Amino acid sequence: MNKARRNPLNVAAAHGILILYTAIALFPVFVILINSFKSRRAIFREPLALPDADSFSTIGYQTVFNQGDFFLYFQNSLIVTVASLFFVLLFGAMAAFAISEYRFRGNTIMALYLALGIMIPIRIGTVAILELMVNTGLVNTLWALILVYTAQGLPLAVFILSEFMKQVSDDLKNAGRIDGLSEYTIFFRLVLPLVRPAMATVAVFNMIPIWNDLWFPLILAPSESTKTLTLGSQVFIGQFVTDWNAVLSALSMAILPVMVLYVIFSRQLIRGITSGAVK
Amino acid sequence: MTALSLKNVNKSFGNVEVLKDINLEVDEGEFVVFVGPSGCGKSTLLRVIAGLEDATSGTVDIAGEMVNTVPPAKRGIAMVFQSYALYPHLTVRGNMALGLKQEGQPKAVIEARVAEAARMLSLGDYLDRRPSELSGGQRQRVAIGRAVVRQPKLFLFDEPLSNLDASLRMNTRVEIARLHKTLAASMIYVTHDQIEAMTLADRIVVLRDGQVEQIGSPMDLYNNPANRFVAGFIGSPAMNFLPGETVGRPVGQTVGVRPEYLRIVEDGRLNASVAHVENLGGDTNVLATTSSGEPITVRLFGQHRIRMDDSISLDFSDADSFLFDTEGTRLRAG
Repeated sequence: MNKARRNPLNVAAAHGILILYTAIALFPVFVILINSFKSRRAIFREPLALPDADSFSTIGYQTVFNQGDFFLYFQNSLIVTVASLFFVLLFGAMAAFAISEYRFRGNTIMALYLALGIMIPIRIGTVAILELMVNTGLVNTLWALILVYTAQGLPLAVFILSEFMKQVSDDLKNAGRIDGLSEYTIFFRLVLPLVRPAMATVAVFNMIPIWNDLWFPLILAPSESTKTLTLGSQVFIGQFVTDWNAVLSALSMAILPVMVLYVIFSRQLIRGITSGAVK
Repeated sequence: MTALSLKNVNKSFGNVEVLKDINLEVDEGEFVVFVGPSGCGKSTLLRVIAGLEDATSGTVDIAGEMVNTVPPAKRGIAMVFQSYALYPHLTVRGNMALGLKQEGQPKAVIEARVAEAARMLSLGDYLDRRPSELSGGQRQRVAIGRAVVRQPKLFLFDEPLSNLDASLRMNTRVEIARLHKTLAASMIYVTHDQIEAMTLADRIVVLRDGQVEQIGSPMDLYNNPANRFVAGFIGSPAMNFLPGETVGRPVGQTVGVRPEYLRIVEDGRLNASVAHVENLGGDTNVLATTSSGEPITVRLFGQHRIRMDDSISLDFSDADSFLFDTEGTRLRAG
């Protein structure tokens, strides 16, 4: 912004609002983090105090590492999230390409049908899904979760990606066809790199609900070997006694991988959200 | 030999007929330009020839071979697009080489052809750059180079100069004309700009609403338009059309006179008052309104002292005018 258009009052107000919002958004995370490094007594005595020499304790982390197979849960969550994202992006982009690129009978109906899933929550079908998984023998496997999350993520992915793919220049695709590239090469080499920001947007929107989900792991894959991190953390929450040190420590660690993935996608994400708005 | 022959080509999207019964023969080495207002179907026709769209009916022959069911890459064509359509992830060299690689040409051949095209289009210094590091004119030269290396039987240009600024457009136009001479290749060129059409073409195909209005050499179309549409489309500024009764012709006829054939005289058939004057230095365009209220444009050579609201009297020789009936069809000799 140039000087002539800059009003110090407005700038201060804008920064004030943004700082306030940041503080509100980060506060719960901050409380979880500091309390995960405190002894149980200190957590309850002064929940907002920083850990000091007296109250510092890693008992929560020790519990988490000793009790239950925390690394396995972690690995399960990561496998489910990454595999689901991969399939959502791959199949979503392919369907979006077909809908935006080819003229065929029922094109619009197909697009609407695929978008229907945005409006109907997949949890409504939980009982049917469970029956299906029992009959196919997929209960208590990671595949059950991956398939469900892929189905859950596809509608939004198709919807967002097909809009973006319509913007990819027809000339470019046609140039590829004249140069003898196959439709798959055109899709993977020419179109996908150009919709990367949109793919990152879809990835982030899908990643967090999958990582945090408790519902489907609890119903479809509650066995010890397939527990996800969110489900695994529940062992510390009891009906009468809750091991707060362990819960807070587990949650603190659960934040890390999402943050790493978010940092990877975020640069692309910002471009994805703003592109098209200014051009 | 004919480079391209279209027989009864029709194309419709749903109920909309975009091309209606197109017939055309292009000789080898000929430069044919499709020209027409936007939405006339000229780009669609080019895409049908390229194989990017299927014709609803009719046949397309390239170099004597029916290609209706042949995919674009195997038709022996190369195409240059308005938006350049360069592959963003490849260097200039990679862009030019891709088509040949797909054809399975040996490495030595690819390198030789790319080097030759780069020399021809003076792209030698840019071979290792990516499209995003090039200016608009350079990008379009790369796109032309990508077509040249394939040594196609038929070049297709889809409004290649529309995205360039005025001076670059002229340079590139000259370059395309030079290329046509050196390669002696058959070329089809789509444009809505009649100056490009007039300067480049051996033959011009004028299209309107998916139909061919007239095919002929540029001077043919200028001197001998088949109907009012062609007469008005070719030539700049556009031809004046006057109701017959105002210049001593029967009611219902329309008289067409090109602005350059109107003369300012002492006592002519037309009286007009000047509404606007464009002084271009080399010539002067006078926009006036006749006494019967028709707008009329006069093109005078050299510089003239005419001001707004001046009254002028105009005349023309009948040999330089064209007659059209109410349907717009040309009425000849009479």
